[in-house]
Amino acid sequence: MIRMRTLLVLLMSVWLAACAGRSGTTVDDDVFDGVGADGSATSRGIGDGSLGQGSEFGGDGVPGPRGGVLDGRVIYFDFDRSDIRGEYTEMLQAHGRYLASNPNARLRLEGHTDERGSREYNIGLGERRAQAVRRVLMLQGVQGSQLITVSYGEERPAVIGSDEEAFALNRRVELIYTQ
Amino acid sequence: MPQIARLLPLLALLLTAGASHAELEIVISRGVEKAVPVAIVPFGFSGAGPAPATDVAAIVAANLQRSGRFAPLDRRDMLQRPTRGEDVDFRSWRAVGVDALLVGQLVQTGADQYTIRFQLFDALRGEQLLGFQLPSSEAALRASSHRVADLVYEKLTGVPGIFSTRIAYVSVSGQRLAKPTYRLIVADADGENPRVLAESPQPIMSPAWSPDGRRIAYVSFENRVAEIYIQTLRTGDRQRASARPGVNGAPSWSPDGRRLALTLSRDGNLDIYTLDIAGQVVTRITDWPSIETEPVWSADGRTLYFTSDRAGNPHIYRVGSDGGRPERVTFEGRYNARPRLSPDGKQLAVVHNDRGNYRIATVDLARGFTQVLTDGREDESPSFAPNGEMLIYATREAGRGVLATVSADGRVRQRLSSGQDDVREPAWSPFLVN
Repeated sequence: MIRMRTLLVLLMSVWLAACAGRSGTTVDDDVFDGVGADGSATSRGIGDGSLGQGSEFGGDGVPGPRGGVLDGRVIYFDFDRSDIRGEYTEMLQAHGRYLASNPNARLRLEGHTDERGSREYNIGLGERRAQAVRRVLMLQGVQGSQLITVSYGEERPAVIGSDEEAFALNRRVELIYTQ
Repeated sequence: MPQIARLLPLLALLLTAGASHAELEIVISRGVEKAVPVAIVPFGFSGAGPAPATDVAAIVAANLQRSGRFAPLDRRDMLQRPTRGEDVDFRSWRAVGVDALLVGQLVQTGADQYTIRFQLFDALRGEQLLGFQLPSSEAALRASSHRVADLVYEKLTGVPGIFSTRIAYVSVSGQRLAKPTYRLIVADADGENPRVLAESPQPIMSPAWSPDGRRIAYVSFENRVAEIYIQTLRTGDRQRASARPGVNGAPSWSPDGRRLALTLSRDGNLDIYTLDIAGQVVTRITDWPSIETEPVWSADGRTLYFTSDRAGNPHIYRVGSDGGRPERVTFEGRYNARPRLSPDGKQLAVVHNDRGNYRIATVDLARGFTQVLTDGREDESPSFAPNGEMLIYATREAGRGVLATVSADGRVRQRLSSGQDDVREPAWSPFLVN
């Protein structure tokens, strides 16, 4: 299990490196598969329980823009903070411009926290982070109707683990294009 | 290691009780010094058929031990095994140091018809404290054994037992494989008899018992947004109680069972609301630009306690259940969240940050005094037993979520293990009407 975590962290770093290197690859598909994010890249044969299955997003491909900073789909946050670090300005501006010029595009902002503290309070923290990203995008001219925010709190960690490294990778907002 | 010595007889009892099939297995992590020594003598059996596998006395003894207030005598130390009051030699029981003695018989009275007959004695005086008989089917013998334990506990302590109550919790499997399955589970208070109420690939959170114990409200992300459902235990019927835009979270039942207090978000800001369940009428209770969540009702239904970080860090506040100006309740430490009221309304159990660790604490509402009850790093979700004597909460062990109980005074702590799954958010049921 530790090995699994290390692998995920590794994948994350590969992906971060990919972003930094403007490689324009689709490494993030792997990341989403690996970390169990709620992305359209993962199609799961689930739902044999009593609950409904919900609906999958997208279809064959992953919706949304590609290339350069637009490949960045995760924003990480400091402990107990919801302000967006300067390193994400360029990436968010690019997404903002894309959404503003593609009014049919739809983006889902999923807010997450690390596992510490109370679960419902963490839903509040995750929502606050997703809203912070939403505000920045709307300043770029994105319409509110193009954005949906969902907070998962600590319920869907990207990385399983109870150390600072895992916490840092779990405090995040994921940008998921649904259209 | 006195703890290990204590553990061995308990494990033996659990094995004889057939607890190896249980989802939750109880392991005592911290003992109690002043537990009352009692002898729960194996029950006799009379009847035509083979004796049922259920060991009534073992279940009663395990329950009493788990309460932390009693230390049942190991069976191997019992020199005699009377099953009737007239056969008890009190001097020999006094000699092994027990204060109270339970003897009984399981009598088969027909096809799948049994009667549990038992007598409870004060071993020091040789007086009968209680004589009782209870009819039961074979399938109900475990539940009937919990009833016996409840009666014994109440007779000896003056406090109603909670052995016939249940716990609800959320279990997650497959999370490390990135294919999680979230399950809402209801089990007996001893962890036995787990039953899945709901199952989903998306998170399930925040189970809350209705005051009559018949329904559970919870949060489900099955439609990829947070929604609140109410499910009836017996039938499995469920209704969607709240699916408003944004967050729908932290449901809590009003004492009359007609309303939920809950958290909704408008424009991304979480506030406390109440919802008339039948009429679907929503009333806003708080209106503040910070996070307000995790409401819980006072027993008289007039006050809501909730978490708010309006002062920078989360603390507990209270407000009238019809609204008004909130008043701050907790001041100790930098983090107090998820309040739960004790049944007598005098204490508030919270998640309290104690020098960097998240621990369960109680806050004395009259004096404001905070007592930390646990010693984990990420303890959360405290829930009082309906008799107020214990709390169940979630903690972590080797990176996995497990459940634990602690006595309300913090002296007795026990862990409940649960196989491979990640277990969290326990909620103790109210007293259940049979």
